[in-house]
Amino acid sequence: MLTIQNLHAKIEDKEILKGLTLNIKAGEVHAIMGPNGSGKSTLAKVLTGDDNYEVTKGTATFEGKDLLSLEPEERALEGFFMAFQYPVEIPGVNNASFLRMAANARRKHAGLEELDPLEFNDLLQEKIRFLDMNPDFADRNVNFGFSGGEKKRNEILQMAVLNPKLALLDETDSGLDIDALRIVANGVNKLRRDNNAIILITHYQRLLNYIVPDIVHIMHDGRIVKSGPKELALELEERGYELLQNVGA
Amino acid sequence: MSSTQALQDFAAREYKFGFRSDIETESFAKGLSEEVIRKISEAKDEPPFMLEFRLKAYRHWLTMEEPHWSETPYAPIDYQDVIYYSAPKAAKKKLASLDDVDPELRKTFEKLGVPLIEQKRLAGVAVDAVFDSVSVATTYKEKLKKEGVIFCSISEAMQEYPELVQKYLGSVVPYTDNFFATLNSAVFTDGSFVFIPKGVRCPMELSTYFRINTENTGQFERTLIVAEDNSYVSYLEGCTAPKFDSNQLHAAVVELVALENAEIKYSTVQNWFAGDPETGKGGIFNFVTKRGKCLGKKSKISWTQVETGSAITWKYPSCLLLGDESVGEFYSVALTANRQQADTGTKMIHVGKNTKSTIVAKGISAGQSNNNYRGLVSIMKSASGARNFTQCDSMLIGDKCNANTFPLIDVQHPNAQVEHEASTSKISDDQLFYCRSRGISTEDAMGAIINGFCKDVFRELPTEFAVEATKLLGIKLENSVG
Repeated sequence: MLTIQNLHAKIEDKEILKGLTLNIKAGEVHAIMGPNGSGKSTLAKVLTGDDNYEVTKGTATFEGKDLLSLEPEERALEGFFMAFQYPVEIPGVNNASFLRMAANARRKHAGLEELDPLEFNDLLQEKIRFLDMNPDFADRNVNFGFSGGEKKRNEILQMAVLNPKLALLDETDSGLDIDALRIVANGVNKLRRDNNAIILITHYQRLLNYIVPDIVHIMHDGRIVKSGPKELALELEERGYELLQNVGA
Repeated sequence: MSSTQALQDFAAREYKFGFRSDIETESFAKGLSEEVIRKISEAKDEPPFMLEFRLKAYRHWLTMEEPHWSETPYAPIDYQDVIYYSAPKAAKKKLASLDDVDPELRKTFEKLGVPLIEQKRLAGVAVDAVFDSVSVATTYKEKLKKEGVIFCSISEAMQEYPELVQKYLGSVVPYTDNFFATLNSAVFTDGSFVFIPKGVRCPMELSTYFRINTENTGQFERTLIVAEDNSYVSYLEGCTAPKFDSNQLHAAVVELVALENAEIKYSTVQNWFAGDPETGKGGIFNFVTKRGKCLGKKSKISWTQVETGSAITWKYPSCLLLGDESVGEFYSVALTANRQQADTGTKMIHVGKNTKSTIVAKGISAGQSNNNYRGLVSIMKSASGARNFTQCDSMLIGDKCNANTFPLIDVQHPNAQVEHEASTSKISDDQLFYCRSRGISTEDAMGAIINGFCKDVFRELPTEFAVEATKLLGIKLENSVG
């Protein structure tokens, strides 16, 4: 589904990604862990199309398409989704309108009829129930005045509505208390299917107790330096990033 | 394309109404004198009191100086270089029915989205169409007449209802009021007249559409709306003009009178040509005096304006709250892009007891434009229990524009309650990127954000025009769920 080869990227003049390679298939959940500054969030931003970052080398192919040549909105329309580490507030625009615009843009792209506000509201309320959220999420302005936990839950709601092929969750667990973490993880688990894939970027193993990954990658200095089964995360938790010493990073 | 560039492009979208119709007109030579004023009055076959009103105003105007206190610099206007009267030839004769409207004129208004046929798109709206200096057609006149509502051009009103015109004309904006209003009093050529008799709720929206077509023509229209006791009317004006390199002067006067328990809702969607986006050349000088008088107890006047056009907009739709418990409202969206300038706001003058006023002003500036809110809330000694709420929000797009707020509050009564809130915001690149990452185009994202910013004002517009206004800002209507 997603193939990244030897990806290099920089912001201003600082090279952050230094030859990252990653391969993700449908039905898989991958976790990417690594110390601060290893380039995890940069990877998320580059894949989303943030033009503050410049790709200097390498490729990323998503469903056969050259992901890096697409505009951010085109990537979304092709089925790529990123749950932001810091979701942005948009005062004056309510969640329902925002999500309807997004959902209809995708439907239009796929050659489907756009949904009118009433039809869309049915879909939205169904997802809200599915994720055990408060129905008033629909009427509130996008992330405006939300608590940290609410913002993260709102990202998962968006993911549920947009039903992406590939979702990347950038430190969705950071700043969440244990109850909020459970709710968010629960939401993500409900969205796992055979035909989609999820990338979790996280610092902590605790998220992986709730969302169990198929493969864990450890990132260091702009590259993936070690990959392995879910136990790798536990090992990392135990030994810290000294583990990396062994891989010669 | 960077999102900042996209923002600028969005704000600088092209003017769609810049075409010019090829219609034979009869125009006076340029210039202003007592003789020109006599000729205007004669051309319109006016009663003698009107000529007197005009001449008094003209003589007073000669003693006045053009004001320059607003934050909108402009080159001096040569008042002798303006054509004060221009009318389509075909409009001279009286029309037996709407079918007799000159097809070219009809086409012009069709192109502007204002069909002069009853039952068309604006089926629930009666329209008075003003082309250059004269009203060319008014729809639904007969239907309204049955309800006792008078809706016609002010020229026609002077002949058919001279006593009403004489009683109210200049009663809200006296001919001595200010430089541009005084000029208007001397030379105004047409406009709309509305009279709603006691106890009548006007069954449809009334609307006037102003079109300036001839180059170098000043448009000086005069609108007078009188709502008698316990009546209601909702009125809308729209305006466009072709693109010319020279500036054109639009100095209108609007007077509203609300008697006991009457309500007048006055909405404006202004889209005059704003001048060349690059050089700022041309465009309309929109120097307008709009004022309403809440004369009766519990009367209410509500101004809603969406100002998107003109090179310079300089106007302050105001309410004189004389009747006890009367209510004044002002809802405004002013969008300036490129090199546009706007200095707009309102005056709420509280004279009666327990009078209330609400001001919601939203300014959006983009490009190198300049957008000012200027307002006065005045609570007189007599206005015990008066209350005002003011909210002024500015949104900046890009980093070359300007937004200023000049609120003036003058409170003479100790128990008055006055609130003022203000905010400034920017559409950030982060917001746009967030929207785009969800598959929403930059344009749609901006539309939604701007629409959200203006929501409190659009809500006040009649439905038909809310749609038009949002379109005008390049906005896709946000859905109404929730």
